Amino acid sequence: MKAFSDLLDQLYFTSGNNAKAAIIKEYLRSTPDPDRGWAIAAIAGTLKFDFFKRNTVKTLMLERIDPELFAMSYDYVGEMSETVAHLWPDSQATQTDSIPRLADIVEEFQNASRQTAGKLLSGYLDLLDASQRWALIKLGTRGLRVGVSARSMKQILASYGNVDIEDIESLWHGVAPPYTELLAWLEGKAEKPDISGEVTFHPVMLSHPIDDQTLEQITVNDWQVEYKYDGIRVQLVCTEKGKALFSRTGDDISQAFPDVLEGISGDGVVDGELLIMHGKDVDSFNALQQRLNRKKPPAKLIKSLPAGLILYDILRNGDTDVTQSALTERRQILSQWIAGQQCSHLHLSQTLNLTDAASLRKKHEQASDDVAVEGLMLKRKDSRYVPGRPKGQWYKWKRDPKLVDAVIMYAQRGHGKRSSYYSDFTFGAWQDDKLLPIGKAYSGFTDEELKKLDNWVRRNAVGRFGPVREVKKELVIEVAFDAVHPSPRHKSGIALRFPRFHRIRWDKPAAEADTLETIKALIHSTD
Amino acid sequence: MHPRDWMRVNDTGLYCEPADAYIDPMVPVTRAIITHGHADHARAGHDHVYATPTTLKIMTTRYGEEMAREQTALDYRQSVTLGDDKDPVTVTFYPAGHIAGSAQALIEYRGARLVISGDYKRRPDPTCEPFEVVPCDVFITEATFGLPVFTHPPIDQEIQKLLHSQQVFPDRCHVVGTYALGKCQRVILALRDAGYTRPLYLHGALIRLCDLYQELGVALGPLVAVSEVENKQDLAGEIILAPPSALADRWSRSLPKVRTVMASGWMQIRARARQRQAELPLIISDHCDWPELLQTLEEVNAPEVWVTHGREDALIYQAEKMGFNARALSLLGYEEEDDSSE
Repeated sequence: MKAFSDLLDQLYFTSGNNAKAAIIKEYLRSTPDPDRGWAIAAIAGTLKFDFFKRNTVKTLMLERIDPELFAMSYDYVGEMSETVAHLWPDSQATQTDSIPRLADIVEEFQNASRQTAGKLLSGYLDLLDASQRWALIKLGTRGLRVGVSARSMKQILASYGNVDIEDIESLWHGVAPPYTELLAWLEGKAEKPDISGEVTFHPVMLSHPIDDQTLEQITVNDWQVEYKYDGIRVQLVCTEKGKALFSRTGDDISQAFPDVLEGISGDGVVDGELLIMHGKDVDSFNALQQRLNRKKPPAKLIKSLPAGLILYDILRNGDTDVTQSALTERRQILSQWIAGQQCSHLHLSQTLNLTDAASLRKKHEQASDDVAVEGLMLKRKDSRYVPGRPKGQWYKWKRDPKLVDAVIMYAQRGHGKRSSYYSDFTFGAWQDDKLLPIGKAYSGFTDEELKKLDNWVRRNAVGRFGPVREVKKELVIEVAFDAVHPSPRHKSGIALRFPRFHRIRWDKPAAEADTLETIKALIHSTD
Repeated sequence: MHPRDWMRVNDTGLYCEPADAYIDPMVPVTRAIITHGHADHARAGHDHVYATPTTLKIMTTRYGEEMAREQTALDYRQSVTLGDDKDPVTVTFYPAGHIAGSAQALIEYRGARLVISGDYKRRPDPTCEPFEVVPCDVFITEATFGLPVFTHPPIDQEIQKLLHSQQVFPDRCHVVGTYALGKCQRVILALRDAGYTRPLYLHGALIRLCDLYQELGVALGPLVAVSEVENKQDLAGEIILAPPSALADRWSRSLPKVRTVMASGWMQIRARARQRQAELPLIISDHCDWPELLQTLEEVNAPEVWVTHGREDALIYQAEKMGFNARALSLLGYEEEDDSSE
């Protein structure tokens, strides 16, 4: 447990993915099985159960401290696990050799009942020091938040074993904590684990943004053109052993979308876009966002915002790998596969029958008329399914971004490499003679521009709120964004999708920036 | 006479009426009793300053020879009388254990004893004399870390974290944010105690006070100013000390692969450490933690406790549970005004 709590402490405070990776690899090298495998599970979020409830922790704490002092402490610290970690009475007798191993703790809680978990927990808390107590409570309530995603954990494992990230991805859902076999293979001590037939994520094929030159050169007839829907890319996997829905990074999101999985049966791996769909009608990304925010959505939400899949590719049909077939052929197979499912949540992506460049361009212009569409996809009809981002096979042609002129209001220092620069900017639009913040942007400028912006912030700061600097309302930036949605959570009443710097208008007076009304008019009428 | 009848708080600070003297005033006054040299306690520009010889040296180092028109140096346990000869106020300094020269001020008037402890701590600190328990009727205590979540680990344990990090990241420049006065020198000494003999590199703002400590007889080992290092890349893997404000600023940009370390009692709270963007927080404090505050209340055993700067509420609550009469010092002035309006 000591090694694990040291690990969490270091990860919590260290910024930068490379530094975090170095810390984790060092831990894997120096920690025995099965402890290290449980640590991987805790970080990657693959522990399947809560050891105890937050309320159990609080109840135990209140048996040991004056409730007034607890309340004042909690109010100050702002977080339950840490408050308890500090307040729990230190037992003087703590010996290093009496600290339990991580694996023992996991096993004990696995076998504990609701009634015995509390006693077990207080026994452990007595044995541990403050950092270790924090680690145990975080582990037991599965809320680590040390800034390492499941995807980064896999990348770290790949680099640790000097294997391809795709190998880890394809194995990931076929192996389980404490990952003894996986680690043995990564260290060259055993064969690669055999997971055929397991429900696992398959690495996906990605597209390149199209450029003008390519657009001029292509023969439209060789390409399959589809709408690019504004949802999230998912993979549906179904085998005899089970079924799952994965995000494009391989995270299992099945629990959040039970409505999609419900009617699926049989065998196959298909690729498509997850959207909110009312029958055949596609809702906005904003609607999908409400489902994405819920790990376990209530029935009411599922009913009001039902999820659907628009499928555009198939990787495995039954037990046959079809990735080597041409796209046109795969589309036939996919169409039959969907027909065999008889599930109302599955739809086949529509292909657009275009024969010449002029009609293609026209379609692109019209694409932005539909709020659920963010452009076109162009895929070579003879393309095979190649994981990664192969050249010249698939292109995305996003509709042009929307632009507004906004005024910089606040600035904050960035992180990691940019930690000494003011690089995160809040910008606003006019409502009468007042500026209201409408979004934040921290990309789209060059390093050279960043230096100038940083310098400008330092010379024009007028106030400070913790790490945030308020600046003179004088600098106008042209902000590019993909869409604007109504949002009751923001004072301005709107939220921009993916705002970024387009140009810095050093020349433009702030009074000439856009008004909130102008921006609200960009909200799509069907939204 | 009860101290509440001759001490008051106003905008300038804590005021002793019969001595016509302020304790640690915020703005220039006629007569100032200074407990220690930290900038929020010791300001320049007073007419007459009473402080320990070391505190006066610190103030002169920071503000120059002209820091006050008149200075009276008072050794620990040496008294001075102020005010009316026939109705005198006696002021005596006792060690507070906070930083070099730090003192508690005992003020005696008409048979009552008031101790203003200033900032103080109970941990061993080789740079100053340990805190001395002074019996009194009213004890004024700080409450900087006045919540039971605050328990400071031993300093050697925290220094080991720094040395361990240096081993794990041998090519990274470890920049330790410390206050220039007291904390900086204590961190240096703890590193030396842990057997670290390599040169330590200093931000310009720390140099004069380190020199002063050396003059006072505190041996800090080899120290080098960062500005004297021609090729900053040579600092990879070294330990640099700097004021906290320099950590996230342009100054640190020229240093190779910075790992930010913060040495402060606040570092115990994770969110605080994150706000300071500390990658390696070291819990090193020159104040009491919660158990030490309670230990002090018990040992001083003054029937009445006034609590000032920090988290007063919890300490007042706890002091009352322990049987003391406790209240917040900041409220004292207002209560008196209410009294006088009756």
